[in-house]
Amino acid sequence: MILLRTLGLMLVFLMASLLPSNAAEADLRAVIAKFATGSGFSATEAVVRELAATGDPLVERPLAALAEGNLYIRKDDSAVFVGNEAGDSVTLLDPLSGESAGDAAKADITKIKVNNTLRRVIRDALGTLTLRAKDPAVRIAAADTMFKTPDAANIEPLDAAIAAETDAKVKALFEQARAASVLVSDKPEADKLAAIALIGARGDRDALSLLTSVEANAQGAVKDAASAAIASINSSLALWDAGQNIWYGISLGSVLLLAAIGLAITFGVMGVINMAHGEMVMLGAYTTFVVQQVIRTSFPGLFDWSLVIALPLAFLVAASIGLIIERGVIRFLYGRPLETLLATWGVSLVLQQAVRSIFGPTNQEVGNPSWMSGSFDVGQLAITWNRLWILVFALTVFGVLLYVMKRTPWGLQMRAVTANRRMAASMGIRTPWVDALTFALGSGIAGIAGVALSQIDNVSPNLGRGYIIDSFMVVVFGGVGNLWGTLVGAFSLGIVNKVLEPYAGAVLGKIVVLVLIILFIQKRPRGLFALKGRAVEA
Amino acid sequence: MSKSNTILYLDGVSVSFDGFRAINNLSLVLDKGEMRAIIGPNGAGKTTMMDIVTGKTRPDEGEVFFDGQVDLTRHDEAEIAMMGIGRKFQKPTVFESHSVEDNLMLALKGPRSIFPALFHRRSAAEARQIDDILGVIRLGDKRHDLAANLSHGQKQWLEIGMLLAQDPKLLLVDEPVAGMTDAETEETARLLKDIARDHSVIVVEHDMHFVRELGVKVTCLHEGSVLSEGTLDFVSADERVVEVYLGR
Amino acid sequence: MITGRFFAAGADRRIAITILILLAAAIIVPLLNLAVSPTSAFYIPPYIVALTGKYLCYALLALALDLVWGYCGILSLGHGAFFALGGYAMGMYLMRQIGSRGVYGNPILPDFMVFLNYKELPWFWYGFDHFWFAAVMVLAVPGLLAFVFGWFAFRSRVTGVYLSIITQAMTYALLLAFFRNDMGFGGNNGLTDFKDILGFNVQADATRSALFAASAVMLALAVFITWAIVGSKYGKLLMAVRDAESRTRFLGWRAENVKLFAFTVSAVMAGIAGALYVPQVGIINPGEFEPSNSIEVVIWAAVGGRGTIVGPIVGALLVNAGKSWFTGVLPEFWLFALGGLFVAVTLFLPKGIIGMWDSWRGNAKAMRAAAIAEEAGTDSDAPPPAKIVRSAATTPGAWSASGPEPQPAE
Repeated sequence: MILLRTLGLMLVFLMASLLPSNAAEADLRAVIAKFATGSGFSATEAVVRELAATGDPLVERPLAALAEGNLYIRKDDSAVFVGNEAGDSVTLLDPLSGESAGDAAKADITKIKVNNTLRRVIRDALGTLTLRAKDPAVRIAAADTMFKTPDAANIEPLDAAIAAETDAKVKALFEQARAASVLVSDKPEADKLAAIALIGARGDRDALSLLTSVEANAQGAVKDAASAAIASINSSLALWDAGQNIWYGISLGSVLLLAAIGLAITFGVMGVINMAHGEMVMLGAYTTFVVQQVIRTSFPGLFDWSLVIALPLAFLVAASIGLIIERGVIRFLYGRPLETLLATWGVSLVLQQAVRSIFGPTNQEVGNPSWMSGSFDVGQLAITWNRLWILVFALTVFGVLLYVMKRTPWGLQMRAVTANRRMAASMGIRTPWVDALTFALGSGIAGIAGVALSQIDNVSPNLGRGYIIDSFMVVVFGGVGNLWGTLVGAFSLGIVNKVLEPYAGAVLGKIVVLVLIILFIQKRPRGLFALKGRAVEA
Repeated sequence: MSKSNTILYLDGVSVSFDGFRAINNLSLVLDKGEMRAIIGPNGAGKTTMMDIVTGKTRPDEGEVFFDGQVDLTRHDEAEIAMMGIGRKFQKPTVFESHSVEDNLMLALKGPRSIFPALFHRRSAAEARQIDDILGVIRLGDKRHDLAANLSHGQKQWLEIGMLLAQDPKLLLVDEPVAGMTDAETEETARLLKDIARDHSVIVVEHDMHFVRELGVKVTCLHEGSVLSEGTLDFVSADERVVEVYLGR
Repeated sequence: MITGRFFAAGADRRIAITILILLAAAIIVPLLNLAVSPTSAFYIPPYIVALTGKYLCYALLALALDLVWGYCGILSLGHGAFFALGGYAMGMYLMRQIGSRGVYGNPILPDFMVFLNYKELPWFWYGFDHFWFAAVMVLAVPGLLAFVFGWFAFRSRVTGVYLSIITQAMTYALLLAFFRNDMGFGGNNGLTDFKDILGFNVQADATRSALFAASAVMLALAVFITWAIVGSKYGKLLMAVRDAESRTRFLGWRAENVKLFAFTVSAVMAGIAGALYVPQVGIINPGEFEPSNSIEVVIWAAVGGRGTIVGPIVGALLVNAGKSWFTGVLPEFWLFALGGLFVAVTLFLPKGIIGMWDSWRGNAKAMRAAAIAEEAGTDSDAPPPAKIVRSAATTPGAWSASGPEPQPAE
């Protein structure tokens, strides 16, 4: 056994020596070998510092392993390896190349001990090292770490890194990290003031916390400069906060727009009060759920496409249910809006209970495809991908709908029927069909809204309930029969709601908005963009 | 022009709906006790003018005075009705689920607040008044019938009866003989002339025979302003009126 | 004409009989519960008393809604809010009556306030330890809310579905508000664990019977008042506003005031219903503000027949009895049944049970009259059948047997 292993090792060494390895690597191996010769933490620390001083990215692997306690010395030849524990044996890897170097029993190797001091030294060393990493993301992360944990010792490696850096964005981050380190060093006041100016310009929360600690510890001009910088950061952060709230508001507005846009067709254009509108949204969300279930069990590779597949299906499901409702109930009730309201409420109860009976009363899990997960930053704004996609989606749906209404023959017929049903009928338009298809269109749009809302809301039989009042508020506020009004209504309600939230809290903010709308309707009973004239009041 | 002796005084009135000028610089004066017929093609602004006088529509500009001194643009429908302007709609609007008698009772001049209505008991004087009006509009034998069951002409008459019950100073009557037989039309003309003896009246009508029957000054509206004014013969001889009615 | 009067008498007689039945029930049901031995066939168990007492409160709520919807065309989807406010006013009184018998034993603060670290009683709880004060609030709070809300809404001529939607928004806003713990109304859990009402144990059979009797008497009184209102000149005006609002304006009536009065009276009635309801069910929580509750009330009135006084009562009793039966036997199907009921009533029974009954009776009468006329060989005495059917609706209690559907005016 041992013979075999030795043979194997020799083979490895042979191969290693055959591989194109430069002189630097040999030097590194010599330094790494010192881990075995010295003893005690201070000796280890010296080796770490020596390795770090080489500035070679290759030393990252052994140092990282050391920090995690995974660096071992083989007892019989004092060779140093990175080891992965597997049961009672350890898989050994070459510390620089990471190639496998066979297994060893635990008894045959010694773990190089580390303590917290040593770990910090290693971390700092690694931070310095990663300043030279090839991947800019790694360099940025390193700069970020250094900025958050400033240390006078970082100044030198940072200076070197700044000199070598070609990427302007990374360079700026390095300079900020350096400035942070300058503030904790004993550099002259002028340097510190320059550093504060640099950090103040960065203007984010990390800069704020750093400057706050500086302000607490420093005196004189530095303290004053820090206070001034803090004040300016605070005011700019307040602006960003307002921006963030507006973004949340826009995002809520896009959700409201999606929920209300189908209603703008059925209520706004046709004048039909569809209380089952929310249930159409719910059906769309459940369609998404079913599509994802099928994909999960049968075609897991298609998961990222689940929403794209669900969109047309949700439209069809909701539109056909809408068609059935229109043909079965609503068409008998035209001109009797209050009865329509009651009948469609009944339909909504039936749909809710049907979904509850089929899928159960609990929330169903609908997953986010990868392109809808995560977030990115714009300045100090955090923007999540799913919210952004929903905004894009809502605006697209709006645009398509506007096009259909204004530019297609069907849209023309729809508008003709709503303007003057009898006249339209006598001009050969099949008004019952236009009614049915318009209602189906409104319902179908509610269905695809459900696909989008399944990404940010709980998919349960009660999903629609939560949206129905809001949707009606949007349509009524914007002005019935006016798609642009719905757009403006949705976004202004969304933004007002979110801007109020920090002051009044979520629930109270919502109440305030409801009360404001109620008051607004008193003032302008027909909404923001109402039609005027005799015909309207007749 | 002096407002002092007028019952209705409109000067430079304009109103537009979404860019469409329904009334355009309209000026019209009605003397006390006068009856006037207003004619004009569809969309000439006849109904909108009535909407303005009765407070349903606010003019964008112009003066509207009632009885020489009351600025009507500052009052709403109910106030204007209480001042003594009564209106009959183009399409007869009566309270269909009430009996003929109850329709008149609701129109009868008197206090218009809630609590008197709640504890109201019909007095002998009121009963007599209703009887009188029922006689005038010839619906005495239908007094307990639902208004919904009346014929179109009878509804027109009931609405005129409601106007009488209101006892206004000025009556605005929109197309009173639409859907009436010739005999009924004649009857209505006689009734209106009767009313005009102690009321000021504006009648909007398309039926030229009826207008001739009334024999009063005629105003022809077109595109929201006065096109021609005078006797019916004068107006119908006016070339512009002919043009508007018949086209080129 | 004579037939019309006969039917008028018929509708009035129906209302009078309803009042008598309610008053009789107020005496007989407690007697059969308290004075009859539990083994007797006539014994009414306490749970039935409590259940029917609850139904009577619902009936009162439905009647209140009918006054505005059936007679004035205002489809309020927020009447549950007035009901709940009345209920909360009573609930606050009952909370104060618990005194130091609560879990935390605080003589002033109700349990939930101790739990939420309230240091002292919020100002709006002052006075609720007196029954008379709570009783005044039961009337005043819903009435005031309705007055303010209606004053804004009717003055700016919000009508039809717009009004329906904002009444719904009103109750929704209140729902959100009452769910908040900081409102001081017990948040999510509402007010419960009541002990005494006017010194009597709320759980006791005698108290329950008394509450039942109070509900029955109050409903009878409400029937009488509604009857008087709709029979008066004001009532005729109310219906006139429903059918042709702008006509009433041009006659000089202030349609907004007409509506406002009915809306406020109706809200007060709903508040009373809520106040009687709470001690009988032993809890009031924000769920009562759910918009869906308010819409359910509409269907009670619709099933029985809106625009009639007896209809909403019949509807409330029938639908709620159905609900109790369904939730006991087939809980899964209750919402299907209720949803189906909404659709079926609007499509097939727009006049409700009472309205259908009247049409049917009117038709039967008319046919009989026509048959008699034919037999006699004369046709002059009997008015044409169609007329008779129509005039059946001259009665204030049964207008909807024919005539136009209540539509928002303008």
